Amino acid sequence: MDRSLDIVYFAWVRERLGTDQEHVQLGDGIETISDVLDMLVARSDVYADIFADIAKLRFALDQDYGVPASPIGSARELAIFPPVTGG
Amino acid sequence: MIRIEVGSADFDIGVETAKVAGQGGGAIASFVGQVRDDGNLQSLELEHYPAMTDKALRKIAETALSDWPLHAVTIIHRVGTLSVGENIVLVVTGSDHRGAAIEACSFIMDKLKTVAPFWKKETRTDGAAKWVEERASDVDASEKWQK
Repeated sequence: MDRSLDIVYFAWVRERLGTDQEHVQLGDGIETISDVLDMLVARSDVYADIFADIAKLRFALDQDYGVPASPIGSARELAIFPPVTGG
Repeated sequence: MIRIEVGSADFDIGVETAKVAGQGGGAIASFVGQVRDDGNLQSLELEHYPAMTDKALRKIAETALSDWPLHAVTIIHRVGTLSVGENIVLVVTGSDHRGAAIEACSFIMDKLKTVAPFWKKETRTDGAAKWVEERASDVDASEKWQK
């Protein structure tokens, strides 16, 4: 079965990656947010650098907050961003 | 009655307060957050996650409506470039009594600051730009509402 995911980035994560979104194919064994991060980190040092300290990042699956261990399930969109600073 | 607005347009506090008052009750509480002049701030850039923002703000408002006896909740948050002294955020709550209105207004702001997907980038008068970091005091204020 073809499994894919849109990933969207905000604030300094977006700036440092130089893109606000991308579409990725999820291979076998990619089940959680943490698995997706590992997959991206394996691609380049830029991802490795940004995701080095995931305590500084927040995640949302289909616009609801998740944690690294959250299963991707049937979600279509993963958002990765720094802690929010609105208000 | 919930009203959520996110956009670049400014808001009129008098008009928004009157709208909430029109929903009944005699106790209206409001909070306005503005761009603070801390010496050499030029402007703030407010970024958000459009697909999630409305959902997150609505959830906060719904929680307030279920936890306090409110007639109406309005949350307005601006995005884009804002200069010192400009309005950023407005929360208005309406109830029969001041306790509920004031508490719910405070709850909404505390949650908004730690949950709603907005990010601020500061530009200084010398041109230096920096993303604002999460404040521990905001996280503490938000967590105190866990019951």
